[in-house]
Amino acid sequence: MAVLEILTYPDERLKQASRPVENFDDELRAFLTDLEETMRAGPGGVGIAAPQVGRFERIVLVDCSVTRKSVPNHGFMVLINPEITEWEGMKVGREGCMSVPDYTGNVIRAERIKFTAFDGSGERHEYECEGFEARAVQHECDHLDGMLFLDRLVSRRNDLFRRKVYQKK
Amino acid sequence: MKHWYMLTVVGRDRPGIVAHLSAALYDGGCNLGEASMIRLGGNFTIMLMVEFDGNKSALTHMVEPVAESLGLHLHVDRIEAKLHQHLEPDVRITVYGADRAGIVAHITGALAEAGLHILDMDTSVAGTEAKPIYIMQIEGHAAEGVEALQSALDAVAEQGVEAQLETIDTMIG
Repeated sequence: MAVLEILTYPDERLKQASRPVENFDDELRAFLTDLEETMRAGPGGVGIAAPQVGRFERIVLVDCSVTRKSVPNHGFMVLINPEITEWEGMKVGREGCMSVPDYTGNVIRAERIKFTAFDGSGERHEYECEGFEARAVQHECDHLDGMLFLDRLVSRRNDLFRRKVYQKK
Repeated sequence: MKHWYMLTVVGRDRPGIVAHLSAALYDGGCNLGEASMIRLGGNFTIMLMVEFDGNKSALTHMVEPVAESLGLHLHVDRIEAKLHQHLEPDVRITVYGADRAGIVAHITGALAEAGLHILDMDTSVAGTEAKPIYIMQIEGHAAEGVEALQSALDAVAEQGVEAQLETIDTMIG
């Protein structure tokens, strides 16, 4: 068990694509334990991707059960070789990243997604999630393709009408 | 010894202001920090953190010629400042309505009393000259919680403006 060092931009390695996991072995599972510990050590972190700690494999962890304001969630998810297959809706939300300290910005993400991923034993699962958790999954999966939320920033200004709720309470 | 200065620059808007000004600062050995730059009412306005190895008058003398050539007013303050001092907003408030005197004072007064610390605010007057509308967007920190702000906002919204509050739930991944 160990808290791993987080790479921070401008480390160029964060901009590279990661390769799929091929061996679902004990070494992988030991890494998952360290990765989880690293995620939980970061203040307020609800997700982490393996390339953030310098392992360039398609591994993502997400846990939105621990947010300040509770949101719909699937608890702790180990997502290996995740593939997002469906996107629905769009929403602006604020994101930050352990690899980009001292900055948060607005990013548009799909509100609902469907995706598949393997767990630590190599078993394939299908997921559907929404809102904050869907945002976390999309943010982490971006890391696997060398994308940061900085690549998707939208203006802080003038999103009043884009965000408008079309139902009066 | 390097110091931080706040440059305030205001003048009739035209293309190239930022490019010319920042080139002069760069050539003069300055390092730029955070900035807010926006066109307001046909003027271009700049608030810019500048780190400079020299005193206020040296910096003013350096920037003055380029400011004058662009028709800009320049003001320089030496400030106590540091980078990496961001406070994260946890609430966003948008207000709009028919423009009239007192909207900002009433709304921000009520919100300040309910614990709002404004971190970022911009306002526009849109619509037409005959029927202007006022639009205000605020991001801030709710020191006494979001409920207190919501009730303050509900009270002022009865005075004929549309007001919305939403929490900013920053996703850290």
